[in-house]
Amino acid sequence: MVEPAVDLTHGHAHDDHAHHGPQGWLKYLWSTDHKVIAMQYMFTGMFMALVGGFMAYVFRMQLAFPDISVPGWGGVVSMGEYNSLVTNHGTIMIFWVAMPVLLAAFGNYLIPLMVGADDMVFPKINRLSFQVFFVSTIVILASLFVEGGGFAGAWTAYPPLSADATYNLTPLGSTLWVIGVGLEFVAFLLGGINFITTLMNSRAPGMRAFDVPLVVWMIVVASILFMLSVGPLLAGAIMLVFDQTIGTGFYNPATGGDPILWQHLFWFFGHPEVYVVLLPAMGVVIEIITTFARKKVFGYRIVIFTVVATGVLSFFVWAHHQFIAGIDPRMANIFTITTLLISVPIAELCFVYIATLYGGSIRLTTPMLWALAFVAEFLIGGVTGIFLGAAGADIYFHDTYFVLAHFHYTFFPIAIIGTYAAFTYWFPKMFGKMMDDRLGKWHFWLTIIPFNMIFIPLFVLGMGGQHRRISNYSSFSELAGDGFQSVRIFATISLLIMLAAQLIFFYNCWKSWRSGPKAPKNPWKANSLEWTTESPPPHGNWRPDRMPVVYRGPYEYSVPDREEDYWPQNEPDGAPLQVVDPDAGEQGR
Amino acid sequence: MNSFFEFFRFEGFDPLIEVASSYAADIDGLIWLVLLVVGFWFLVAEGVFFWFILKFRAQPGRRADYIDGKNKKHKRWITVPHLLVLGFDVLIIVVSFNVWYKIKMDLPENPDCHVRVIGQQWAWTFQHAGADCELDTADDIFTVDELHVENNKVYHFELQATDVLHSFSVPVWRIKQDAIPGRSITGWFQPTEIGEFDVQCAEICGFGHSVMAAQVMVEDAETHAAWVAENTPVTEVAEAAVEGSAAAPAPAGMEDR
Repeated sequence: MVEPAVDLTHGHAHDDHAHHGPQGWLKYLWSTDHKVIAMQYMFTGMFMALVGGFMAYVFRMQLAFPDISVPGWGGVVSMGEYNSLVTNHGTIMIFWVAMPVLLAAFGNYLIPLMVGADDMVFPKINRLSFQVFFVSTIVILASLFVEGGGFAGAWTAYPPLSADATYNLTPLGSTLWVIGVGLEFVAFLLGGINFITTLMNSRAPGMRAFDVPLVVWMIVVASILFMLSVGPLLAGAIMLVFDQTIGTGFYNPATGGDPILWQHLFWFFGHPEVYVVLLPAMGVVIEIITTFARKKVFGYRIVIFTVVATGVLSFFVWAHHQFIAGIDPRMANIFTITTLLISVPIAELCFVYIATLYGGSIRLTTPMLWALAFVAEFLIGGVTGIFLGAAGADIYFHDTYFVLAHFHYTFFPIAIIGTYAAFTYWFPKMFGKMMDDRLGKWHFWLTIIPFNMIFIPLFVLGMGGQHRRISNYSSFSELAGDGFQSVRIFATISLLIMLAAQLIFFYNCWKSWRSGPKAPKNPWKANSLEWTTESPPPHGNWRPDRMPVVYRGPYEYSVPDREEDYWPQNEPDGAPLQVVDPDAGEQGR
Repeated sequence: MNSFFEFFRFEGFDPLIEVASSYAADIDGLIWLVLLVVGFWFLVAEGVFFWFILKFRAQPGRRADYIDGKNKKHKRWITVPHLLVLGFDVLIIVVSFNVWYKIKMDLPENPDCHVRVIGQQWAWTFQHAGADCELDTADDIFTVDELHVENNKVYHFELQATDVLHSFSVPVWRIKQDAIPGRSITGWFQPTEIGEFDVQCAEICGFGHSVMAAQVMVEDAETHAAWVAENTPVTEVAEAAVEGSAAAPAPAGMEDR
């Protein structure tokens, strides 16, 4: 598997190396290198983020300035188009942005590098995973342009609306939507196999289970959650396609089916899915916090056990999305208990993150700012979830903008803040260049401040009773007033500022990639194994005769009596000032 | 219970909208309780967080502490707050149970009147029981997008849908319930304020979801009696609606699935 060192992650062609397999641009298409596949996922996900962001721009413009011709859209947003835009914004941002970037791109990039492997265990399955994902991307994009337009029944796709074209008026769009989402699930099942197997089987000599960086643990737990939860939904999706295309009646009450069945299957997947994307982001954040606070994690094992407990609990909370959906009201009590209980491990994780800062030596670099912002903003998303988890309060808040603001305060920190944290932190490793810190900070503040200015007003609108997925509130006398409208305009203008600020990020990437200072192996003085190889790492990650050996856990920062305040995992003991390390005797299983 | 919740309603500051049903104040009270509890935790967590960031900024010559969190004394800083969170969770769960039970599980016996609410793409049909307060009798009054109820009367509603999911939501009453084709869901409300209020469809139901609005007219006894008397003769619109709703299944009890 180990080939001569070829710089595949980089834009330059190194054709002086003799190697087999496809040449030229084809080597990017057919590469089995985990780093190339990670980049493919990353750039596909970022492209889709632009698509999803454009949709947000269009429907926010319609909400702020009803029935004007939206610049860039080419006309007034009709009610059907509005429904399709919000549906596909949600679908794309979760399934084609959060999952490919956080789980697939960083999972692929980091797992082999952090456990000291030359590649994934099944490189060809890995390649197949991206190729299936790429097809699913084409399917979902195509679904927007077919006769009748893209699917418009909300990203939750509740039947009978989603199951019957006479109700949803998008006969082709809704079927392509389900097929696209189904293919995307297949891609992540293939990827998840690799993540789990690689952690289990390819760790460097000396690396025990509790020497693995937390981000790897979290990505693998997330993959397990995904694989356990997605089966029922895939079955449900197949039944939905059958209902749409060959006239079965799984969800049709007239033929003995039940529309609520879909809701159970969807949310049985849908709630663990929140943790599937949350955990990689939390993992990224703890790596960055420990590095820039020069601190050991406050309770490494506590974090792992808490994450596993969260994962298990997340399978028992799904019906809190259905409190008022017509389920037996007694069920709401059970799911109120489980939902509020899940606040305990999540609060514990937040406490651990905050405690890790205690006694640190904190440097506010751009990645650290993103990581700290994740904690501060995610807390808002977490505490507002309690309102919705208490079934009594959910009667009022269900399907209002309060819900919408709540889950954007969880998903935005996850998918956007977490991604920027990871991207700016590992950019030197991925591209071999340092990013511009000053531009990075401008980008940070111009994203974080408008983000809060978008969604805090939406909490207020939700408390005022504004319900979701309405293109124009003029039909509702209580919501049509100037007060409400000015809040909507404020949120939209904040969105425009935030979207414009992303140009700084792209300019910074381009400029740093072109002319940034060359990145050393370990620019942040971090401990984990990816920092012990070249930036960017060669094909095979390390020279075959220099594969790393691990002597300790990844968070040995500021160990007393050592000159350096970090201690790379692969550095043998016997440094000038020897410290007794309990792990040292057990290396080399 | 109500007076306890009133404590949380500060004068002059209430982002929540008007209270116009007998149980709206219960829901608001629960919301205020949650706000108080999570607001406290939120401020404590964010406060400590930013304090640490300011206090432990990197300074030349100072080295970070080596704390692994295995020490019992250190662990207490995690376990104690975590037990407190659990305790507050129990408090919220108990209050939430009471509110939920009152609104969604404890159907008041012998209601003053009945009404049937039928959602369809993209209008609400209301079947008023008429003078005899019994549904499916000759004096039923059918209206579209206009619900007439008498103030302070306890109503049972039967919620149905003919095509896709809808959700019957009256924000000032704090009522919300999905309507499901093939089922009839029973619930109750008791209006306490006279006036005209919005009825929303809170579940996306297709192209016209954005315009699926209706009004509820809460009237005093005299006005309502006059409205009933004026509209009792069966109109053509109502006949059509009777045919439509005849296909709907028999009403089921609230606990029935």
